[in-house]
Amino acid sequence: MPLITYRKALNEAFSEELTRDDSVFLMGEEVAEYNGAYKVTEGLWERFGSKRVIDTPISEAAFLGLGVGAAMMGLRPVVELMFWSFAYVGFDQIINNAGCVRYMSGGLINVPMVIRGPANGGTSVGATHSHTPENLIANTPGLKVVCPATPYDAKGLMIASIRDNDTVCFMENTLLYGNTGEVPEGSYTIPLGVADIKRLGTDISFIAYGRAVLTALEAAEILQAEHGISAEVIDLRSIRPLDEETLLTSVAKTHRVLLIDENKPFCGVSAQIAAMIAEKAFDELDAPILRVTALDAPAIYSMPLEKLQLPTPERIISKALTLF
Amino acid sequence: MPEITMPKLSDTMTEGTLLRWCKQKGDPIEIGDLLAEVETDKATMEMEAFEEGILSELFVEEGAKVPVGSPIAFILGKNETLTERSPSTSPLTPPPSSTSNSLTPQAITPGSSRQAVPSNTTISSIRIKVSPLARKIAAERGLRLETVAGKGTGPGGRIIAADVIHAPLTPIPTSTGTASSSSILPTPISGNPHTEIPLTNMRQIIAQRLLASKTDIPHFYLSIEIDAAPMVAFRKEFNATGNKITFNDIVLLAVARAAIEKPKINAAFGTTSIFQYESVNLSVAIAVEEGLVTPVIRDAHLKSLPEISAAVKDLATRAREKKLKPEEFSGGTITVSNLGAYGINQFCAIINPPQAAILAVGAIVKKPVVDAQDQIVIGQRLSITLSGDHRVVDGAVAAEYLAALRLLLESPSRLLTV
Repeated sequence: MPLITYRKALNEAFSEELTRDDSVFLMGEEVAEYNGAYKVTEGLWERFGSKRVIDTPISEAAFLGLGVGAAMMGLRPVVELMFWSFAYVGFDQIINNAGCVRYMSGGLINVPMVIRGPANGGTSVGATHSHTPENLIANTPGLKVVCPATPYDAKGLMIASIRDNDTVCFMENTLLYGNTGEVPEGSYTIPLGVADIKRLGTDISFIAYGRAVLTALEAAEILQAEHGISAEVIDLRSIRPLDEETLLTSVAKTHRVLLIDENKPFCGVSAQIAAMIAEKAFDELDAPILRVTALDAPAIYSMPLEKLQLPTPERIISKALTLF
Repeated sequence: MPEITMPKLSDTMTEGTLLRWCKQKGDPIEIGDLLAEVETDKATMEMEAFEEGILSELFVEEGAKVPVGSPIAFILGKNETLTERSPSTSPLTPPPSSTSNSLTPQAITPGSSRQAVPSNTTISSIRIKVSPLARKIAAERGLRLETVAGKGTGPGGRIIAADVIHAPLTPIPTSTGTASSSSILPTPISGNPHTEIPLTNMRQIIAQRLLASKTDIPHFYLSIEIDAAPMVAFRKEFNATGNKITFNDIVLLAVARAAIEKPKINAAFGTTSIFQYESVNLSVAIAVEEGLVTPVIRDAHLKSLPEISAAVKDLATRAREKKLKPEEFSGGTITVSNLGAYGINQFCAIINPPQAAILAVGAIVKKPVVDAQDQIVIGQRLSITLSGDHRVVDGAVAAEYLAALRLLLESPSRLLTV
């Protein structure tokens, strides 16, 4: 199986879908002639032309709205946000239109759109470029949220998202774009709402998504080697829909849970999952549900400090040890 | 001769104020003499002497606060010599509560000594830190968490699953000062070979529930003797039409109907309230090969005699075939145990927790009785003993219930009305 980057895996997904389905088109700031701010759409404008790969002005509210309208009329837009942090000027389009049209139309009108781009901190680009809005979006019934951690998942989830008949908010990570992994050639899908057990374990469940999965895996290896504790690492892959069953099954096996999340803690994704586990698996818990999240402050500009703001293997290990 | 210590005069008393000495140092003391007045957290009590002799020492001044168990005085026996004595025990060490035998407290404030106060000093009421999983496993195993309290190996001493999975099931008594149960466990006896019969689940449950009942529930017992002649006649007449009801069926229905008339008996003790039930779910004790089960006849008070009879037969048959479903054991509100068929005339039963009462029914026996004309004649008598949870029902309430039961059993045709 070819070893390719996360960036290339996404690129392959677009290429597959642009080829397969004429209604699919890409749109965003510098996605076409410049090959994408992070080169995710490299080569696609050349290959598919200006009608399928479209550069937009710096006007998120406008082109998100354009995407909603196109999707309502039957096209399948894939709208890139240079950063998910820029989505905030277009929130009315995302929440009120993309998220609510199907409901408001009594199920008559779908909005089969993908809104995608990086949504991560950790790169010293400042508070306004480092938001992780997965919890904000997932709080809206009607919107789906996907956060892949690996190249394989990125491609399969992207193809599934483009084919989904509702709006999927696809959150990538600039720190993952260069990571490589085995990715099959051709087309395949990973269904939304199915978590993946990235590492089997027996003593504690690490629940994470996005880049935090990799941090959790690193911590799990150290925990095994230095403390003999076997951590199971579960990658949510999609936050909404949420694969509760896989989480609850793991909790019933390990009886301990540590949630690892680059999202902020307050009303964060991990808070939602902690509540769900407390409600549905209380009697399986042998220890309190704990979390390792981004520290609750605006993204810190100082690089050394920001590295500490996000979950580190050290923070995960020391928190995990308090559960035994 | 006795050292007089500060007695524990109420559940919550930790110290008492010695208000006044009624005798002075050197006074001769007769049994029953008032020694002192003590103020507790609830009332002022008089302390009475249970020994005679000379009040040789007064260790505390009037007005002093004294921890429970600390020496306050010494009574020298009449033939003993007066020597200098000092308190022999540490004033801070309370004695076992049952040892204040030389004095008896008498409440001056009427009723004050029987006030119900939530005790916050017993082991069972201490908040035990335990994980939800450990709590569930303990409940499934029938393990009392008190037995592992303080032995938690989780963070901060929390009891976790590993602490309860293999913990021994031996329950501990909840009150202090009671002999540890380990001291009453059997040991091999030399020259007397024995067979060890492993405890079945049923035997363990019986052991735990009945030990808990006898340990936690203050039982009291009331017996009545019923004139069973009308029952005997009634049954004969009733069965003449093709029915096959037993005396026990009659007793069961009467127990249920009487509990509707006197609902205070159809209740259970909760931590902050008493649960008084509207329906009578009658638990019936049925002996089976490996022990005893108490399946429940729901809404027993609404049934007819043939219905009760059929229900009991069905439960007994399925109990012996082990075909009763778990839900058929739950929800009982009062229990009947009948050993009449085994030739037992009268006995006392242990309450089936969390119910408030159980009725122990004996055999109908012929015996000489004095009739209304003061003649000794041959009568038929049935003895029934009620065991009551005194936290829920008092003697008078239970007596009223038994009176209602007697009325039904001595005029059994009343049971024909619905």
